Amino acid sequence: MTFLQLENLHRDFGTVKALNGIDISLGEGEFLSLLGPSGCGKTTALRLVAGFDRPNQGRIVVDGKDVTNVAPNKRDMGMVFQAYSLFPNMTARQNVEFGLKIRGQHKHDRSHRVDDLLELVGLGHAADRYPHQLSGGMQQRVALARALAIEPRVLLLDEPLSALDAKVRVQLREEIRRIQLELGITTLYVTHDQEEALAISDHVAVMNGGVIEQMGTPSEMYTAPLTPFVAEFIGTMNRLDAVVIDGGAGEVEHSGMRLQVDAARGRRDGERVLVLIRPESLELEAQTNGATPNSFTGEVLTQTFLGPVTRLKVTGSGTSLIADMSTARAAALPVGARVVAKIPSEGAKLISLPDDGPGLPVLDPDDQ
Amino acid sequence: MPAGAVLVGAFQNNQDNPTLSNVRLLFNHPYIDAYRTSIEISLTTALIGGVAGLFIAYAAIREGTPKFLRSGLTTFSGVAANFGGIPLAFAFIATLGPLGILTVFLKDHLHYNLNSQGFSLFSKTGVELAYMYFQLPLMILVISPAIDGLKKEWREAAANLGAQPWQFWRYVGLPVLMPSILGAMILLFGNAFAAYATAYSLTSGSVNIVPILIGAYYSGNVLDNPHLAQAMAFGMFAVLALMMLIYIPLQRRAAKWAK
Repeated sequence: MTFLQLENLHRDFGTVKALNGIDISLGEGEFLSLLGPSGCGKTTALRLVAGFDRPNQGRIVVDGKDVTNVAPNKRDMGMVFQAYSLFPNMTARQNVEFGLKIRGQHKHDRSHRVDDLLELVGLGHAADRYPHQLSGGMQQRVALARALAIEPRVLLLDEPLSALDAKVRVQLREEIRRIQLELGITTLYVTHDQEEALAISDHVAVMNGGVIEQMGTPSEMYTAPLTPFVAEFIGTMNRLDAVVIDGGAGEVEHSGMRLQVDAARGRRDGERVLVLIRPESLELEAQTNGATPNSFTGEVLTQTFLGPVTRLKVTGSGTSLIADMSTARAAALPVGARVVAKIPSEGAKLISLPDDGPGLPVLDPDDQ
Repeated sequence: MPAGAVLVGAFQNNQDNPTLSNVRLLFNHPYIDAYRTSIEISLTTALIGGVAGLFIAYAAIREGTPKFLRSGLTTFSGVAANFGGIPLAFAFIATLGPLGILTVFLKDHLHYNLNSQGFSLFSKTGVELAYMYFQLPLMILVISPAIDGLKKEWREAAANLGAQPWQFWRYVGLPVLMPSILGAMILLFGNAFAAYATAYSLTSGSVNIVPILIGAYYSGNVLDNPHLAQAMAFGMFAVLALMMLIYIPLQRRAAKWAK
């Protein structure tokens, strides 16, 4: 059952359409991440839900009640900001206590609640420290506890980890998810970090230019992107601009190469498509004399060590592909080695491109 | 060096022998009255200028105020805060003196006689009014950076947690600003306490404030007594030191969260 609903939300700033009709339905206790690049409208959407801004059109419904025009202090929503939102004149305890104090809760009751929440975020020992005496990660934990103190109907998080270093970010995102699951609180999370969104969400909505390009589970978003933008934004993807030459047999042509792609079966001959292949789906091996079907021959241009895997960039015949393989195997394919990249006919995805439109901008896969 | 000379001179007689008589005199009429008047004028203008300046600065800086208003106010404040002495006194006489533009306008067009209502520009109230002309802009200049430092996120976080705007100011905004407000108020107090030329030009010395008396004892033909003047200057140091003694613990208390 839908708990939080955003219906056809529009928000214009002068001539700029920050939101151009977004619809979101979120069940109680679910965790949705709004993911997208800067300026895509994700923070605008969050601010509309929080009540800091009003939509030009559309409505926001929480638990069946329209809250579109309700003041932010009457919405019962907890929000964690990007950074620096703790009240500097209050200790961690006083910050967490603030919302309860405003609500007139008895001192004894709120003291217990604050203790519990500080323990929940692992900061029981730092209750009497002021914000400037806490690290960035600790400050965000306090901000989370403060947002949860009022038992909000919806928890809103606006890039809460973006100002933290990588290690703390991973640690804290796991804690946010653990707490969210423990409390069963409906959560809307804004981030531009796709790894973060995929790691902790029940659902991910990828936004671009004020609209939602695609919404689905992290797995759906990763394995079955529906638009070139989503394919480009989620994970690393090889993209081959191709034309279907035999829809019956599932054959496409890219730069003079004929490739077997199962997803092309049933497509119209002559249709322009984008073939999407994840780097981990490509198989690389040293080139031998015999011809290998459904493959691409090239030379290893670069090797990037990523720990357990190594990323290789292979180029040849005007095409560049990247492939991830185990670091141990990659040692056999040094820079300059001639290799064959096998295109998996089942693993590749297809997205239709407009027949007469411009081709997809050719991006270097390394830049993704 | 000048401060040292004042300190030594305050405890010397005209023969340069040590004495406490100059300092003892400060507790008698008319000197004690001069201190009282100076402190009253300084406190009044610091408080009114401080509070009004705070509101005006906030109104100019807050979200939604057109940017040109802020830059205009800052420019005006920069000029007005440094406007004092004879030009300021003349400007006030031309505006609010017995034949000033505003006085005449009120009398002729609104049938309101300022002077018959007990107002005199050449009184303590007149001096306070003239001082407000530089005290208020000074407060605006000094407090604006502190108001700028109030983060939008704090206001939004407070609202998100259920606070009304006044509750934000009660629990967050004013406590965060308090060290700066106290500092600015002290500055305003000192600014008014040491002002000489404006009050002298405006009242020709008829309002008994300490700097005017010091001037009279330093350069007066009749009242020439530089050691008494130095004792009065020493008294001014003492008053300012007392103000600092009150200010420091208050400031420390207000800013304990920043340490």
